[in-house]
Amino acid sequence: MGSGIGFALAWVLPPLLLVVIGGGASGEWMWRVTRYRVDDERFHVHTGVVVRKRLALRRERIRTVDLTADPVLRVLGTATVRVGTGEQAGTEGSVTLWPLRRADAEALRATLLAHAARPAAGSAAGTGEDGEERDGALVRFDRRWIRFAPLSFLTPALGAAAAGGLIQVSEWFGLQDELFESIGSWFGLAPAVLIGVAMGVGLFVVGGVATVALWVESWWNHTLDRQADGTLHVRRGLLTTRSITLEEARLRGVEVVEPLPARLAGGARVDAVATGLAQGEEDKTDSQILLPVAPKELADRVAADVLREPDSPTAVPLRGHPVAARGRRLRWALATVLVTEAVLVLLGVLLTPVLLHIAWISALVLVPVAVLLALDAYRALGHALTDRYLVARSGTVRRATVALQRRGIVGWTVRQSVFQRRAGLVTVLATTAAGSGAYAVRDAAEADGLAMADAAVPGLLRPFLEPVSAPAPHPPAR
Amino acid sequence: MISPTTDENPSAPLRLRPPRHAVDPRAVGWWALQWVLLTAVPVVILVVLGALIAPARFWLFLPAGIIAVLGAAAAIALPRLWFRHHRWEVTDDAVYTRTGWFFQEWRVAPLSRIQTVDTTRGPLEQRFGLATLTVTTASARGAVKIEGLDAETAADLAAGLTVATQATPEDAT
Repeated sequence: MGSGIGFALAWVLPPLLLVVIGGGASGEWMWRVTRYRVDDERFHVHTGVVVRKRLALRRERIRTVDLTADPVLRVLGTATVRVGTGEQAGTEGSVTLWPLRRADAEALRATLLAHAARPAAGSAAGTGEDGEERDGALVRFDRRWIRFAPLSFLTPALGAAAAGGLIQVSEWFGLQDELFESIGSWFGLAPAVLIGVAMGVGLFVVGGVATVALWVESWWNHTLDRQADGTLHVRRGLLTTRSITLEEARLRGVEVVEPLPARLAGGARVDAVATGLAQGEEDKTDSQILLPVAPKELADRVAADVLREPDSPTAVPLRGHPVAARGRRLRWALATVLVTEAVLVLLGVLLTPVLLHIAWISALVLVPVAVLLALDAYRALGHALTDRYLVARSGTVRRATVALQRRGIVGWTVRQSVFQRRAGLVTVLATTAAGSGAYAVRDAAEADGLAMADAAVPGLLRPFLEPVSAPAPHPPAR
Repeated sequence: MISPTTDENPSAPLRLRPPRHAVDPRAVGWWALQWVLLTAVPVVILVVLGALIAPARFWLFLPAGIIAVLGAAAAIALPRLWFRHHRWEVTDDAVYTRTGWFFQEWRVAPLSRIQTVDTTRGPLEQRFGLATLTVTTASARGAVKIEGLDAETAADLAAGLTVATQATPEDAT
């Protein structure tokens, strides 16, 4: 056995050593070739090993300075700094400095974001007298939030991935047949249904453990605080620490998101709706999260504190939408089930009657589930206007309540399909520079939705509105 | 009328009025030609294959015929329908468009928030003397597009809008 291990080590160690030396050398090299300098107007970076790159970002354009440190960087007291200008497209707007001494990185962040202080201070003075005392920590990490971690769609996905991985690895070692045999032999021990359920539960347990581990890695010691210069600062992470800064001046609202499993347990997450947050880039999809899934009341309170409001706009009573919207949701849900069943029945008639049995059994389960989801989706619908915010809620699998600053709305898109026209409904989208670009008030009553849009941004929609006078169902277009 | 909104709203219920201007009538020909080209590609491929592969001829000609009939129907009916429903308007304060029939869509972008104004002319549009005007705002999903404008009208509009947007000092976000 000793020789076996020695043999394995001989194969594994040299490449490992190479990787370590390579990584160290490249870090050292980057460290030597990278220079940066901040003057009054610009942030200059000279970098690049093969291709020398000179970059000058205008300081007033800099929107984000994010610090991350994986365990190796943390041991060495260094960090990776990513400076972004929040340009919508391309990579030209951002630069990554790696590695930097921790203290230097913090100093660089403070210098680059110093310009944020002026506009934010101005807006704080304008928004309310209690703005000052809200500085400092907005929320502190609570270990009990971990109970929400496994309540995620990631749990079954990771469980299935683990099962798939096990089968794949067993194939590599030529043990796949034995694996299947031993699993098959379990079915003799108890009724097949019981074993099936047990295996399903097993998958969920494995997936749950994996999700909890991931959650702990990303969210441990999460803190959200507001700094004196008017920036919001999220720090989190167990092994790799992440530190994300968000200028308050770029905030256009917040979104309280309740994924279905978390919602059933009374949990909600808070996302920032801000301009210039990189979207869709790898590892950046989480940078808008201000608070991981936590109790709903806490999420609403954090939303209020982030917006410097006494009460959260995301918790105001909403105006519901007409019953016709419920009918649409029921029809969508039942149509989805109908298509699934039709496919099963067709294949059952053509191929094997087993599928017919699967069809009626699944229909017994799917129809009530579809109806429940549709009714829940209808209950979610609603909108409201407060002094400064447009609040809209929708969704059942991912229920989201967005509070969008009315001054952040840069246009309107009103949609109406033939079916909506007959039911007297419209979908009104407020377009904005922040977040996903547009936030929808779905299936509102036509007059109601338009009146809301008209009131939210005074003067913008008014010239294009006319009173409903003729009984004609729609403006003549001849 | 059905909804109980009138009680709280003192003014009468409102609806969006159609924008003032229709698109250029030549757009009908342009849209029809687009449909013809779109259907011609699969039809030609299927017919050529059908001519070469004798045993499968029926099963190649059948879809070719179906696609050709559907394409012809679309080329005749849809452009006329669209012509009646695609409308646009530019005021001193905003750009306003209406598009579509099955999924009708109205878009409003205030001039103060406009970031770029472009006109584009594809090869087909050039033959028809048409242009498309695209107005973008800071929103990734807020662009307003007017298709089927007369090329000169589009150029004048673009010039006018560019001047108007430069006059507004806001940063448009």
